[in-house]
Amino acid sequence: MELLAIVKRECETCQLVGPVLAELKKRGRLELWSQDDPAFPEVAGGSRDDRSLEASWRNKVEIVPTLIRIEGGREVDRAEGWVRADWERVTGVAGLGASLPAFKPGCGSRSLEPGMPERLALRFGDLKLASRAIMVDPMDDPIEVAYDRGWSDGLPVVPPTDLRIARMLAGTTRKPGEALGLIPPNLAECTVEKAAVNAVLAGCRPEYFPVVLATIEAALKPEFSMHGLLATLWFSGPVIIVNGPVARRIGMNSGGNALGQGNRANATIGRALQLLIRNVGGGRPQEIDRAVLGNPGKYTFCFAEDESDPAWIPLNVARGHARGASTVTLFHGDGVQGVADQKSREPESLARSLAMALCAVGHPKLAETSNAILVLSPDHYAIFRQAGWGRPEIEAALREALKRPGRDLVAGAQGVGEGIDPARAEETVDKFRPGGLLVVRAGGEGGLMSAIIGGWIAQRRHTEVQIVSQEVKS
Amino acid sequence: MNEKYSMRDPTAETAAAMRERVAPPEDLSKATIGLMSISKERSHEFLDTLEARLAGRGLAVLRFAKPTHTKPAPENVLADIVERCDVAVVALAD
Repeated sequence: MELLAIVKRECETCQLVGPVLAELKKRGRLELWSQDDPAFPEVAGGSRDDRSLEASWRNKVEIVPTLIRIEGGREVDRAEGWVRADWERVTGVAGLGASLPAFKPGCGSRSLEPGMPERLALRFGDLKLASRAIMVDPMDDPIEVAYDRGWSDGLPVVPPTDLRIARMLAGTTRKPGEALGLIPPNLAECTVEKAAVNAVLAGCRPEYFPVVLATIEAALKPEFSMHGLLATLWFSGPVIIVNGPVARRIGMNSGGNALGQGNRANATIGRALQLLIRNVGGGRPQEIDRAVLGNPGKYTFCFAEDESDPAWIPLNVARGHARGASTVTLFHGDGVQGVADQKSREPESLARSLAMALCAVGHPKLAETSNAILVLSPDHYAIFRQAGWGRPEIEAALREALKRPGRDLVAGAQGVGEGIDPARAEETVDKFRPGGLLVVRAGGEGGLMSAIIGGWIAQRRHTEVQIVSQEVKS
Repeated sequence: MNEKYSMRDPTAETAAAMRERVAPPEDLSKATIGLMSISKERSHEFLDTLEARLAGRGLAVLRFAKPTHTKPAPENVLADIVERCDVAVVALAD
């Protein structure tokens, strides 16, 4: 039997047990390590130097002092802090520290200080990063090096150092080498590690990483057609809507300015996907990305739905997920079009009013072409809510109000060449296909306004280009 | 700042070496020209015109299409073009 103890001078309990450690050492059975000062404890003649924290890390020390009994090279018992009974049990020696109080709690181990577990895992553990190392000259600025290498979307990126990547990987239980799929347009394989490198670039915190991974998995579903969305001439980019407890847990914004700037999770999760497509997939503007104009949401476009009203059916539940599930929903979206209606007080009026604005998506004379997101603000929602309307009633009223006579829409009608097939002149035509209009709640109070996010015109190919959802795993 | 600073490559780490473009043939008279539609609306009108003009000069033309412009061309379409053509025109029409 051997004994191993780990202490630090800074800890009062470690100082208290000095004489006990001295006695155990005198019995010749103790391997003693200090995390901060090998001269400590003087009464025991000092200790081995564990300022590197390797011994602490290898022995999974959480508290100092920690006393471990080892038999046949394996740990069989451990005591943390000073509890006389525990120390007597571990050592098999009765009457230890008779002059000491029976109990004094220990202090935190230096190996658990913020950022330290990942640092130690990189130094002593199994985590070996596979991505190519890029050395930065001491005279260079890492952020400028990242620009020079083409890793940026135009804004500064966070330099992906080993420690930052290790911390990002600690945000998931998934293995760094796990393959996520092939990233378009170059169809390059993407691992969890490569996703972590790009999440670091984007500025994500480790707790966002499971949402980033779900976003990537959703974007890679064949029916989302990420390749076409990247390559299109149209304005669209991926728009991410986050539902469920994860949105609150990571502090996402679903309230005031939800579609705007100022929230780290909203800003960086959407950016991580776009940087991944740029860096791993090789999709760059004016190359495979053929957008005529693009839109500012192609830097990042990610927000959470407001689920504060228990009467409201969240978007992910409406799309078939269990209530309480955390999900991402990906849409091929353009910029934001505001809709003002400050006079409607009845739900029927407001639904007709919002439908009028929705008819402009893509083009007022097109139908079943682009999809759309309608972001209902709290004040507009309140008008529906007061009338007892929830998601089913709102969607039904919108659908009814979005039916139009084909004769008004056919090519050439109203003196405009654009329009639907002339053969549909006698039909009543829906603006959107079933499931093509996503109604989402978000925003702050104080304004009778809502937002429309128009969709990619290739959504008309509804079997090839679909809105997708993916559950967030740990 | 004596410590070495290193970052990890966020890219797919594919070879960065520049590839020389294949020189265009001096003479098209014996070449087979492939025209590939990416399957956007009306692209066939553009390619029909191009085919008629090339054929009018006595040149051999073959037509190809990928199933949808929203996805990359399948391997078999690309392989077909490589095997049967000397020159290819990939065109965008809108």
